[in-house]
Amino acid sequence: MRNIVTAWLDLHYLDDLARQASFFHRLHPAGKLVITLAFAVTAASFDKYEIAGLLPLFFYPLAVMALGRLPSSRLLQRLLLVSPVVLLVGLFNPLLDRTPHDVAGLFTIAGGWLSFLSLTLKLTLTTTAALLLIATTKLPAIGAALRQLGLPRALVVQLLLLHRYLFVLLEEVGRIAQACELRSAPGKGLPYGAWGSLLGQLLLRTVSRAERIYQAMRCRGFDGEIRLLMLRPMQARDYWHLLAWCGFFLLCRFVNLPHAFGHFLLEVL
Amino acid sequence: MSHHTIDLTNVHYHYPDGTPALTGLSLHIGHGEAVAIVGANGSGKTTLLSHLAGLLFASAGEVNIGGYPVAPKTLSHIRRTIGLVFQNPDDQLFMPTVYEDVAFGPLNLGLPPASVEERVSAALQTVDALALKDRPPYRLSGGQKRAVAIATVLAMEPAILVMDEPTAALDPFARRQLINLLKTFSHTKIIATHDLDLVLDLCERTVILKDGRVLADGRTRDLFRNKPLLAEARLEQPFSMQACPVCSQA
Ligand SMILES: Nc1ncnc2c1ncn2[C@@H]1O[C@H](COP(=O)(O)OP(=O)(O)O)[C@@H](O)[C@H]1O
Ligand SMILES: [Mg+2]
Repeated sequence: MRNIVTAWLDLHYLDDLARQASFFHRLHPAGKLVITLAFAVTAASFDKYEIAGLLPLFFYPLAVMALGRLPSSRLLQRLLLVSPVVLLVGLFNPLLDRTPHDVAGLFTIAGGWLSFLSLTLKLTLTTTAALLLIATTKLPAIGAALRQLGLPRALVVQLLLLHRYLFVLLEEVGRIAQACELRSAPGKGLPYGAWGSLLGQLLLRTVSRAERIYQAMRCRGFDGEIRLLMLRPMQARDYWHLLAWCGFFLLCRFVNLPHAFGHFLLEVL
Repeated sequence: MSHHTIDLTNVHYHYPDGTPALTGLSLHIGHGEAVAIVGANGSGKTTLLSHLAGLLFASAGEVNIGGYPVAPKTLSHIRRTIGLVFQNPDDQLFMPTVYEDVAFGPLNLGLPPASVEERVSAALQTVDALALKDRPPYRLSGGQKRAVAIATVLAMEPAILVMDEPTAALDPFARRQLINLLKTFSHTKIIATHDLDLVLDLCERTVILKDGRVLADGRTRDLFRNKPLLAEARLEQPFSMQACPVCSQA
């Protein structure tokens, strides 16, 4: 249980990644946030049978991993963990949608398979982009950016407190799991009867810890507004970056690059 | 300066589940005093400190700080006056980096960025933790966490420092460092602790709690010589005051 939980919610690891100081990490959080949103919208807006057109979009996560000096293997592991969810979403498409489609004039295939593949690609792209945002930007900075972009205060504060609560939850889970491991017979898991009281314990403990943390915040003048260190203003390089990526996304969206590339090759040859 | 005095008169407090934690506690603490609050587990130390910081409000009786009653309306003033260092630094440190954590309070005071910066650096310098400023708090050692937790409070520049078991869970070296640090503070200090040797080092005056009220209040040395009194409060004479069996035989 411990391994699953820690692997799943390895917030500390993402937090550590976000602490680096690569070129990409130092870009303005608001800029990165907008790029991520634009990327998600672009990916989502493709036709439900589109596949080839989505492929150039993979350039974005690859570039960010390179610019941000992020270990792709660890991030791919995270992605694999959520992949069952991603696959599940489109699972019934092949059964429901049997309209035949031509693939490059070579063979026909049920539309459901195409839309399944397309949906999976889109979800993979957007989850990767979200993961990359978190791995290159500290959460309070994302919060500050969200405020700058006009999101209501209450929502942002909620998000930041939830993030902090997840850490607390994780620490308590770790502690409880360790105590259980030490007390249960070697090789055997915890008896199922104990799970209920364990969850109750966890809830009570995290709630009372969260309460103490909230008290500590109030003692230091917290009044519902999280005042973050001032975000520096957007600079030229932030704007350039934003423009370049949005331009690239538009290009991917409105020009079928693999197609165009094929044509280009044919003309040249 | 009389405006940083603390007055509790006949304070009662029951926790929501009915546990009586303070039962008619009265106490006066003057400006610039260093006072130790000692007592067995469950004697009400933490509850008392929570009343000073306005985290709990008396069920009956009155808590006055600097002439203001501690009440929801006066909280912002109270919290500027009182700096509470929690028993467990993990509860007190919640931002992603040490720097941001120490800056949290000053930012809430609405200070301009330059003076926030100044205060954070000064506070971290005081506790000798400036080098840790970019580290995440959850990766620090126990002593470092404690030092940073104190810095978060110092950055608010409170007139009164209130600490709940500051040396709990510290190794001897970290404990000694902390005691030396506390000696340099000129604040009014209120320290709840089981560490009677620390009390001997730091506090002229000691208040002994038992069952939610004051059992004894007086000069530290006098109280600690009184073995029956200490036994009644379920405390033990500090090592440094116990006659050393080895030396006394010589
Ligand atoms: N949250 C709580 N709910 C109910 N009872 C509590 C709570 N916190 C403390 N108590 C009780 O109040 C009494 C005083 O506790 P506390 O002030 O924490 O003592 P100390 O800090 O001296 O160990 C104890 O009997 C304790 O069991
Ligand atoms: Mg206590």
